[in-house]
Amino acid sequence: MAAPPVEARGVVKRYGDVTAVDHVDLTVEAGDVYGYLGPNGAGKTTVLRMLLGLITPTAGEVRLFGANPLEHGAAALDGVAGFVEAPGFYPYMTGRKNLEMLAALDGGGAAARIDEALEIVELTDRQRHRVGGYSHGMRQRLGVAAALLRDPKLLVLDEPATGLDPAGMRDMRTLVARLSLAGTTVLLSSHLLAEVEELCNRVAIVRTGRVVFEGALADLKRTAGGEWRLRTTDDDRALTVLHARRGIDGVRRDPLELRFEATEEAAAELSVALVEAGLAIRALAPHAATLEDLFFRLTEGEPDTVPASATDTA
Amino acid sequence: MVALRTVYRWELRKLAAQKRTYLGLGAAIIVPIIFVVALALQSGQPEDVLFGRYVRQSGLAIPPVILIFGSYWLFPLITALVAGDIVAAEDHNGTLKTILTRSVGRGRIFAAKALAALTYAALALLAMGLTAVVGGVAKSGFHPLVTLSGTTVSGSRALLLIGASLLVYLLPLFAVASIALLLSTVTRNSAAAVVGALMVSLLLQLIVIIPGLGSLQPYLLPTQFNAWQGLLRTPADYAPILRAIWVCALYALPCLGASYLVFLRRDVAGG
Repeated sequence: MAAPPVEARGVVKRYGDVTAVDHVDLTVEAGDVYGYLGPNGAGKTTVLRMLLGLITPTAGEVRLFGANPLEHGAAALDGVAGFVEAPGFYPYMTGRKNLEMLAALDGGGAAARIDEALEIVELTDRQRHRVGGYSHGMRQRLGVAAALLRDPKLLVLDEPATGLDPAGMRDMRTLVARLSLAGTTVLLSSHLLAEVEELCNRVAIVRTGRVVFEGALADLKRTAGGEWRLRTTDDDRALTVLHARRGIDGVRRDPLELRFEATEEAAAELSVALVEAGLAIRALAPHAATLEDLFFRLTEGEPDTVPASATDTA
Repeated sequence: MVALRTVYRWELRKLAAQKRTYLGLGAAIIVPIIFVVALALQSGQPEDVLFGRYVRQSGLAIPPVILIFGSYWLFPLITALVAGDIVAAEDHNGTLKTILTRSVGRGRIFAAKALAALTYAALALLAMGLTAVVGGVAKSGFHPLVTLSGTTVSGSRALLLIGASLLVYLLPLFAVASIALLLSTVTRNSAAAVVGALMVSLLLQLIVIIPGLGSLQPYLLPTQFNAWQGLLRTPADYAPILRAIWVCALYALPCLGASYLVFLRRDVAGG
């Protein structure tokens, strides 16, 4: 059985007394578009740097397609491309010259892919301009072009949409989706939760250096349970009915509506009870939790509110 | 795996694309020109410098004068200008992570950088030598040169000896480059590395003139900048050259080894 594109086990990184990454376990399977999420300072970029062999873990081990970058050096990065934080280029050289240099460092057929890569990221017209004059978004796109030169099986992208205008962000999403369809495994760190929700099939959510959830996006959403929203002709009386019924939990009152958690059957029985109590129902609808809801629940709540099943799936 | 020569060639191309490269090369060329122009405009000559009294008799006396003058700070500065920047600039531009995630190992990248820094020092010295010879011959003619022993060697023989002197002069320059490379790798700051390497060079020159430390003089780096003078004696004195080889190696190799290890093991958390 082939080794997974990314496997991290018990990875720790400490800087003095500060633990930036705390026993992180990750597995990115072939074909995944894997979202790596967390607030600023959660240690996302540090993990990505360790994956690419730029930083030595204090403890634990990282493997890319079964090879440890620290043991196998550049050979472990065969078929791996991407960038962490903003992609870095030589400002005094043109975009094309930067790509030519990187292609020379890649060897193989990388140089033959320069024109195609520039075309994909729509920088053909600006290829002869110095990178020092590029906008942030153009550098991001050049970073993607530099990654494409390696014809990667695994693409690691750290906040690829940063600095892009809406059209650029859309193009980036299209590109990632296209690469994924072509069989490229993608590990994507992003703050844009809608983007992750649209693109990724699996996610890891980190908080203060620790993974608080790793698994399929669908599994994460299942942990949220079913939330319902209710509006009636008399929400005060409806609240009393809600509290009196079994199978209704987490009842909350918002300025505009009532919220509670229940199964579909319990919600149906509730609607009958409300009518019997003389209340007219203006709206009763299930609310599917978004990734954003879950992200904030996992990263902003108290540590003990994190669902126990979340880390178990890691 | 990509060949070292490919990485080395790109290091040179990067140098060729940077203004700072031409600053050092320009200084190496302009100093002999200024010297020749000053000679043309004035009547005297630098009597207190070796070969200084012969600069009007033979243009071939001018390169040795420039070598002596340049050893105080000019050539250490030119050398450090690139060697001190060659790793630190990657940190500054955020490009270290870019090149370290391609198909080339860290060791090969470091070797290419070290070779490029040494190549630059050699090129700057060659540029100075060529300019000084051309300018000197244009000003004072291609005439025999009086050696440090008082004998005279033919113009063609003197030219050969100047070429050999430049090669010997490279030894301490390589040591300065190695010190600058170490500072560049450790500090990750170009200015600190360039100034630091120059400061080390100047401090060692200070030690040379401190009374009571005379016994250290043969083993200090600034002394090795004079080793080439052994070639311009009759018969040639190879002892200072042989000493320069191992003394410079004593400065250069630990610095290169340390910077190699730091480069190999360092975390690239920024650039």
